[in-house]
Amino acid sequence: MSRFGPADAPPAGDRESMLDVLQGFIHELRAAGLPVSMTENLDAMRAVEHIDIAERDTFKAALGATLVKHHHHWRAFETVFDVYFSLHAAGIGEEGEDGEGFDLESMEAMRAQGGGAMGEVSPEELAQMLLQALTNMDREQLRRLAGMAVDRFAGMEPGRPVGGTYYLYRTLRQLDFDGLTARMMGQARERGEIGADDLAERLAQEEFQARLQQLKELVEAEIRRRLVADRGAEAMARTLRKPLPEDVDFMHASREEMLALQRAIYPLTRALAARLAQRRRRRNRGHLDFRSTVRHSLSYGGVPAEPKFRHPRPSRPEIMVVADISGSVASFARFTLQFVYAMASQFSKVRSWVFIDGIDEVTRFFQESDDIGEAVHRVNTEADVVWVDGHSDYGHAFEVFHEHHYKEVTPKTSIILLGDARNNYHASQNWVLKELQQRARHLYWLNPEPRGYWDTGDSIISEFGIYCDGVYECRNLRQLEQFVTTVVEG
Amino acid sequence: MADRFKSVDDVVERLRTVDYLADPNIAGVVYLADRLEKPILVEGPAGVGKTELAKALSDVTGARLIRLQCYEGLDESKALYEWNYKKQLLRIQADREHETSWAEVESDIFSEPFLLTRPLLEAIRAEEPIVLLIDEVDRVEIETEALLLEVLSDFQVSIPELGTIAGKQRPLVVMTSNNTRELSEALKRRCLYLHLDYPDLEREKDIVRVRVPEVDEELAEQVARVVRSVRQLELKKAPSISETIDWARTLLYLGKNEIDPEAIGETLHVLLKYQSDIAKARKELQVEGGPLPARSP
Repeated sequence: MSRFGPADAPPAGDRESMLDVLQGFIHELRAAGLPVSMTENLDAMRAVEHIDIAERDTFKAALGATLVKHHHHWRAFETVFDVYFSLHAAGIGEEGEDGEGFDLESMEAMRAQGGGAMGEVSPEELAQMLLQALTNMDREQLRRLAGMAVDRFAGMEPGRPVGGTYYLYRTLRQLDFDGLTARMMGQARERGEIGADDLAERLAQEEFQARLQQLKELVEAEIRRRLVADRGAEAMARTLRKPLPEDVDFMHASREEMLALQRAIYPLTRALAARLAQRRRRRNRGHLDFRSTVRHSLSYGGVPAEPKFRHPRPSRPEIMVVADISGSVASFARFTLQFVYAMASQFSKVRSWVFIDGIDEVTRFFQESDDIGEAVHRVNTEADVVWVDGHSDYGHAFEVFHEHHYKEVTPKTSIILLGDARNNYHASQNWVLKELQQRARHLYWLNPEPRGYWDTGDSIISEFGIYCDGVYECRNLRQLEQFVTTVVEG
Repeated sequence: MADRFKSVDDVVERLRTVDYLADPNIAGVVYLADRLEKPILVEGPAGVGKTELAKALSDVTGARLIRLQCYEGLDESKALYEWNYKKQLLRIQADREHETSWAEVESDIFSEPFLLTRPLLEAIRAEEPIVLLIDEVDRVEIETEALLLEVLSDFQVSIPELGTIAGKQRPLVVMTSNNTRELSEALKRRCLYLHLDYPDLEREKDIVRVRVPEVDEELAEQVARVVRSVRQLELKKAPSISETIDWARTLLYLGKNEIDPEAIGETLHVLLKYQSDIAKARKELQVEGGPLPARSP
């Protein structure tokens, strides 16, 4: 691989092709949703001229530093990077002699003959070698073994348009991570490396899991590399394209995505709180305070030289959250509750109710525990929300809410209703909302469904919507953040 | 800069001489910043060595460190320059008897001797090599951020009375942000972006060994493992590198050569600063400890 230093000008053709690859790469980043501007594009071009692109880590650092300016875009960047430059990586140092010239078809042929270097290793031997490599943490050996494992277990077929998760699953199932962990633990115990207490046990376990995680990443990289070799970077990148964390749809988030979102909540709310506090403080100029101005004008002989302004009182709204937690929207409700409580310092008071067809106040769970995650868990397990059959009945829930809590709603209260308004053809009882709206400061509705689905089937969002101050589509973190800003400001 | 880096490896080696362990990503970005003469924007959780990076860079390059600590309400007169108002007044008063023309006085009081330089202007006018650290840039308001743009992209300052002052050389600029708010696109575009996160086990272990040399290999390994375990919990504030180092020191002072549940229970408050976090970690790691400290604010 040639080196594109400023000193030794590279052959023009090579340079051209590198630029082409980079342009494709940047194009794909944009397609994945990353905002890459023209200047950043040029910076990246300049940056790669200064570094040795054969050094994979440096090359990645250079592209990352110039093109990715948000931390939560890093994962998306990494995926695209791996796809675009995995083949280039194959030739260089890291991989050694056995990395080059992969070709699925010849591999297939080799397997068909039952020969070749890989065929001679039995699964037991492979497991034994893996165990050894993991114990000594020999990365080179692990990489080789990951390659072998993929050969043996993944059963890759050329031309199949899959993202690789399937192959990964097949390979990992055969490798039996749980068994490996147990064997490593056993060995460590024999060597007397683990003390008697639970803590040592836990730490050792975590260490082995971390090593296995590395193995998993190696296997994944290997599979990805072969897929790219088979189908080309562009097609692969398209298959792997995923929404950025702020655009992940609550209703369809995978378990992993949901976990990532949960982790994002706390820093996000902190940032949001800081921004709102700043904005509130800066808005300290209110209307002209006439009386005060006249009073102060006396010291200037009656000339109102120094206008005085009223300081608007810092308004911290009181929040009531009423959330539907029936199956279809449960994750959304959980998430939003977590978000609102993480923001609790921004509000003078937060109370919350959850319902399906019965309704239950859950404020107590949040007051009793410092840990929001735990409180949400208790909401799910302990709240009494089923009245008849456990199918959403907004009408009944609202009626009960009105009966018990109507008097507690004050002109300072903002009420936030969460749900998809799929009422299973029950009566809507939307007069409740009408009365609530008249009494409360604001009444908002957040709907996690895409706008296009509203009022289809048993959704009666507009029947409720006419009495709300705003009905918002709230499908991802970005929209939720926007909404919270509106509420705190209003 | 007087003392430029020769290669990425050079960055790593030289930073190591001042006990800063740079991973390939950090080293790569620093090297590029030096070559492209662009500022570095470092983001990441508190206590992962953002400010430390700037200090280490100034040490190894032999450059003077000029630091601008940002805070809410920071403005031009604190960041860039200010006219020495009192001195100007004195000049005018001293001139009463001489009947100098107004134009002359004006041109006189708006000249260099009456200028108070603040960190940014100081960095621009410096003759010697400089590392400019703009700390916690996310604390200034968006409007003030604009003030940095001219400095960062062209390394010059326009003063209406004096004209444009351009830098004699390009210093290495490091900006840090705790990410309490999103910085403007315009600012980010002008920078190389570096996100620092908690280090992996190996690096953390090395850091502990470098910073607390009395700690032996084994204890450092254990410390790093426990900290990794604690970071995996869902906490309000995960332990930072500096807290890891403090913890290693604490263990050393207490004469612990290896970590047992008891030692962790007693010293967990060095690592974690919230009562609920400590309680959670104790429960998860199954360690006992004395009564919890008073509730932190």
